[in-house]
Amino acid sequence: MTVFLNGLMKFRRGPWEMLASVLIAIGVIMLMQPLVMWAYTYSFIVTLTGTVMFIVVSHFPD
Amino acid sequence: MSDTPFNRAAKATPPSVAAKIRGLSDRAIAWIFVLPTIFLLLAVNIFPLIWTINLSFTNFRANRPNREVEYIGLRNYERILTDSDIWLTMQATAHFLFWTIFFQVLIGFALAWLINRKFKGNDLWTTLIVLPMMLSPAVVGNFWTFLYQPQIGLFNYGISFLTGIDPSSFQMIGDVTLAPWSIVIVDTWMWTPFVMLICLAGLRSIPDYIYEAAEIDRASKWRQFWTITLPMELPFLMLAVLFSGIENFKMYDLVVQLTGGGPGSITELTSINLKREAFEKWRTGYASAYAIILFVTVFGLASIYVKALNKVKER
Repeated sequence: MTVFLNGLMKFRRGPWEMLASVLIAIGVIMLMQPLVMWAYTYSFIVTLTGTVMFIVVSHFPD
Repeated sequence: MSDTPFNRAAKATPPSVAAKIRGLSDRAIAWIFVLPTIFLLLAVNIFPLIWTINLSFTNFRANRPNREVEYIGLRNYERILTDSDIWLTMQATAHFLFWTIFFQVLIGFALAWLINRKFKGNDLWTTLIVLPMMLSPAVVGNFWTFLYQPQIGLFNYGISFLTGIDPSSFQMIGDVTLAPWSIVIVDTWMWTPFVMLICLAGLRSIPDYIYEAAEIDRASKWRQFWTITLPMELPFLMLAVLFSGIENFKMYDLVVQLTGGGPGSITELTSINLKREAFEKWRTGYASAYAIILFVTVFGLASIYVKALNKVKER
C-alpha cells in the first residue's frame, strides 16, 4: 500500500494506470448495474475521467 | 546492371525527379512513405470521430439535412443518461456480456485443458471445435432460429430428451425469460472456440520441466493445477475475458438475426438500440452522443486490454 501511495506521489506510471483502470471499471459497472439510476447517470463522467486519466498517465515515467 | 524491376524503375525515373529524391533525407523519405497511411487514418477514423463528437452537441437529423442545426450543449448526453429505456438496454447488454464471458471462459478453458492432453485424434477434435467461429454471425443467427423452433427445432427436442419436458411447451426466442438466454447460448456456442484457442496458447507456453519438477516433489495433479497451470494461464484468461468483453459489447448481427431485439425490447442490446436511434428514428445528434458514450466505454476497456497485453509480453 505504501509503495502504491509513494508511486502516486511521485507520479509513477504503474500506480496511476492502476487507479485509472479502477475508475474505468467502476464507470462500466455503474453504467450497467440494475440497482440505482443515479449511478447510471454519473457512469459516463467516471468512465471518461478514467479513460482520459489513462491516456495522460501512460506518458508518466516507469 | 542486371535487368530487375527496381533497376527498370530507376532508369524510367526522369533525371530531375531522381535528383530531387537523392537530395531528400532518410527522415523525409520515411515521411513520404508514411503520409498516405496517416492521411487514410485521418480520413477514415479521426475525422468521423471528431465529426461525431461535434454532432453529439447538436439536434441534427440526417433525414432533414436542410433544417437549421442548433447547438444544444450537453442536452443529448443528459437525455441518454437519464433515460430509463436506455438504462434497461444497458442492463440487457450487461446480462449478455456477463454470462457469455462466464460460459465462454469456463467452457473454453475446460476444452483447452482437454485438448492440451496428448491423445489420438487431437488435431481432428481441435478442427471440429473451432468450426463454429469460422461461420458468419448472420448464418449462425439464421440457422439457430430454426434450431429454436418449438415445433421442429432440434434444440427443443434435445431439452425434451434430457428433461422430459414437452418440446412445444417452451419457446426460446418468444419467451421473455428465455430469450436473453437464447442469445447467450448461441454466442457461447460460436465464440467459445476462440477463447479455447487463447487458453490453449497459454497452456502450451508452460514448459514441461515445471511439471516434471512438481512430479519429483510429489505434488498431486490438483496441486499442480492450482499452483502451476492456473497462475501461468491467468494472463491469457484475462486477455480472453477482455477480448470477449469488447467484442460482445459491440454485438449486433447475431442478435438481430436471432431475435431482432425482441420479444418487446428484452434482447435489445445497445448496438441495436443505437442503430434504431440513428437510422430508424433519424435522431442523428442524439445517436452521436449515444455512440460517444459507448466509444468511451469500449476505449476505456481497450486501454485496460492493452495494459494486460503488455504485461503478458513482459513475461
